[in-house]
Amino acid sequence: METNLLVAGFGGQGVMVLGKLLSHAACDSGQKNVTFFPSYGAEQRGGTANCYVVISDDAIGVPVGDTMDDLIVMNDPSLNKFIGALKPSGNLFVNSSIVKEEIKRSDISVVKAPVTELSLKLGNPKVLNVIMLGVYVGYTNIVDEAVVEEVIARQLGKNADLIPLNREAFHMGLDIGKERRKA
Amino acid sequence: MARIFMKGCEAIAESAVRAGCRFFAGYPITPQNEIPEYLSRRMPEVGGVFVQGESEIASVSMVYGAASAGCRSMTSSSSPGIALKSEGVSYCASARVPMVYANISRGGPGVGSIQPAQMDYLQATKASGNGGFEMMVFAPASVQEAADMTYKAFDYADRDRNPVLILCDGVIGTLMEPVELPEMKTSEEVAAIKNSKKPWSCIGHGSDYATRAWIQPGQWSTVTQQQENEKAAALYESWRKNDARAEEYLTEDAEVVITAYGISARVSKTVVDILRARGKKIGLIRPITVHPFPVQSFERLDYSRVKAVLDVEMAIPALMAQDVEKAVGDRAPIHTCLCSGGNIMKKERVLAAAEKLFELVK
Repeated sequence: METNLLVAGFGGQGVMVLGKLLSHAACDSGQKNVTFFPSYGAEQRGGTANCYVVISDDAIGVPVGDTMDDLIVMNDPSLNKFIGALKPSGNLFVNSSIVKEEIKRSDISVVKAPVTELSLKLGNPKVLNVIMLGVYVGYTNIVDEAVVEEVIARQLGKNADLIPLNREAFHMGLDIGKERRKA
Repeated sequence: MARIFMKGCEAIAESAVRAGCRFFAGYPITPQNEIPEYLSRRMPEVGGVFVQGESEIASVSMVYGAASAGCRSMTSSSSPGIALKSEGVSYCASARVPMVYANISRGGPGVGSIQPAQMDYLQATKASGNGGFEMMVFAPASVQEAADMTYKAFDYADRDRNPVLILCDGVIGTLMEPVELPEMKTSEEVAAIKNSKKPWSCIGHGSDYATRAWIQPGQWSTVTQQQENEKAAALYESWRKNDARAEEYLTEDAEVVITAYGISARVSKTVVDILRARGKKIGLIRPITVHPFPVQSFERLDYSRVKAVLDVEMAIPALMAQDVEKAVGDRAPIHTCLCSGGNIMKKERVLAAAEKLFELVK
């Protein structure tokens, strides 16, 4: 079983951190193979950023695939650019606070979450990516949520006072993801 | 050993430290910046020295100096920066000073693109500087291999008193993967490597003139220059017999054999698996050392079965294909599947190229 995920958005939305947190969690949870490949170049806040994550039970040959099982988009340009790469019956995760365009494909599952608004409700717009990570993990159950929580505490925990906020953000996303899974 | 999730460049940097490298000098360029970045923090922790030089030439020259004193030393850069380092590398090769350097290669020629590519094959394997010297060149296809090869590269460099190159494409350098890092050498082991096993190093070995160490990147005498070149040539020849390495994957009954290194090999291996699942007899030869080139792996092929060889590279024109042609000769036709300019080799393209070959040879 191999899952190809692409995470895309504006530079500054925490797209890379989202992908890395998920990848660290996959690395930590047993013998799964995982690769993380970032877009790189003239990266800047407000520019475009994306990363490819592959999680597999077998050796991973191609870290940057053409066809995605899952796609997370944080803004409209990312939706337009990458929607075509999502395979039929794939999962699309949308930051519905920012993405306003209509999603024209009907052969995919769409999970909308207003993560920018939710992060503002939590008092810190920077945690939108951690909320979205929660949505993704809650919906797909691709890695154990407890492992992700440990990774968040470890990676973001240089400032220990930020751990409760990020934990809350992650759980907020998890609840949305699990709810949508049931539906 | 615990698995750590690490970037290729960082794994190279940490493995160098674990192998006992205590001097690094470099200069920034994408996509290898994580190596100097990592070592700028790590070297002081182990009592080593990190220098960001004022240029590529300055930093490789500092490595030449530190390595001349017996210290395991390293530099790194990416394609155009590696070209600038050629002077210092040639000096190290001429003076027979061991050092390790990494090329996290990007598009070319010239400044090229900052995206991953495999355009430096000929430079790496044939002429990394003036004067016809050779080096062992390792081509990792995973973060794990990048770590392991860097660690071993220091042993090869010391064994041969010669530079060793890690030729790592920008994908493997930038990719993050789980990795088991090689063992950390103790400070006693590092000191022993530096002091007791290098009678040639310029650290002062007593007062006897006969044992005085002497590092020089050239000879005044035409006679000794030729003698040095003959000694070097004998060393290079020994590699071809003893040190060429390749992964041979499902080649025994193969009718089509793909050959590729680095990230291209990894993509190609996936294609081999896909086609094998469809009953196609296809295999892969992946050079692990691109110099010495693993000619033996091509010698071992059963050419009564092999109908075609497919050379897959992120380079236009094809570069490794020149070595493949030499190794295969007229025993099988060689086709290519190439991309360049910064695109990562697509599985679909390799698959289509391989399928086309099966049609051709039917």
